[in-house]
Amino acid sequence: MPTLQTPAPNRFSRIAGIGGYRAEHAVPNADLVGPIDSSDEWIRQRTGIVTRHRAGEDVAVLDMCEEAAVEAIANAGLKPEDIGAVLIATVTFGTPTPSAASALTTRLGTGPVPAWDISAACAGYCYAIAQADGLVRSGTLDNILVIGVEKLSDFIDPTDRTISFLLGDGAGAVVVTSSDTPGIARSVWGSKGENWETIRMTNSFLDLRDDRETPFPTLRQDGPSVFRWAVWDMAEVAKEALEAAGIESKDLAAFVPHQANMRIIDELAKQLKLPDSVVVARDIADNGNTSAASIPLATERLLRENPELHGGLALQIGFGAGLVYAAQVIVLP
Amino acid sequence: MAHTEAEVLSGLAEIVNEETGLAPEAVEPSKSFTDDLDIDSISMMTIVVNAEKKFSVKIPDDDVKDLVTVQDAVDYIVKAQQA
Repeated sequence: MPTLQTPAPNRFSRIAGIGGYRAEHAVPNADLVGPIDSSDEWIRQRTGIVTRHRAGEDVAVLDMCEEAAVEAIANAGLKPEDIGAVLIATVTFGTPTPSAASALTTRLGTGPVPAWDISAACAGYCYAIAQADGLVRSGTLDNILVIGVEKLSDFIDPTDRTISFLLGDGAGAVVVTSSDTPGIARSVWGSKGENWETIRMTNSFLDLRDDRETPFPTLRQDGPSVFRWAVWDMAEVAKEALEAAGIESKDLAAFVPHQANMRIIDELAKQLKLPDSVVVARDIADNGNTSAASIPLATERLLRENPELHGGLALQIGFGAGLVYAAQVIVLP
Repeated sequence: MAHTEAEVLSGLAEIVNEETGLAPEAVEPSKSFTDDLDIDSISMMTIVVNAEKKFSVKIPDDDVKDLVTVQDAVDYIVKAQQA
């Protein structure tokens, strides 16, 4: 029996370019407090959010993807025809099939490459990086366009006090390419299915089909339970990701957690005992929680505002509905 | 070794002080965490996790909502130590 031919193994991967799309409308807390009988101070104190950015009705998930992708591809020094695959993390495309990724290939003019979406909520971007890393290192694919995108404003309820007021829209994109040196360390990822309903939709599309009186599905969460898991469980995951990379927190240039809530970010940084030299991404104050888009958007901003971080090490960790999580150390592009 | 009720109360007061800056003597048994001590749900979770570590007990998420007053928390922890 002949030995099967396989791609060249043992090459490395890295993130080569980054791009972001920030939604046009800055929505201050004052615009949201009426229906939830709240105040600017209440929202700031509990979440650290001052504004979130939301897209207009005329801006779709694919529009946001395209803007972020064009920037990321150019920053990677590539052209659309160089892209070897398109991988989109999103839970708000609105059409379970066909995927956002396959539609994006024609918009970008990539050629008929593999294209697929993944559903891992706020961990989606880090899940996609884990997949892209493995596929590039195995030699299966190269130049994978990875996008985290959400138009969460389509799935919120203005009267909901649990999560809606946190949420914004946006897209962040990177290109994962082959590399002579390691640029993405082993991912630490997993799930906690027994907490499937901790962050959830109010009902399903099938409920809508069966009863037209059913309200359109919107998001809800058990905030305190999410907080506990996101801080103390995710601190252990973050430490494991550092170990997997063979580094210590003092080796990091930046820490980019999912931008869920400033209280989570602050407490997580405290639990990790990060040295002052580590820059912590706090995009959430202006941009709100954009789920799968939050880590690439926060990274894009960090690099824009702190150019000295280019080439440094960053620990990124995504966590959200599922519950699911993923973390990895990367070399910043 | 199990902590006495008085030890749990004073330990809890230290934890509340660390999280909120409230004076430990303000953490009286009859006080409500939310209404009297103005502790929000996120700070309450931090207090619960720190109490778990300090007193070597488990306080599941679903039980936290039942801890309305400081005495509720003291009673819960004292009982949980014996479990």
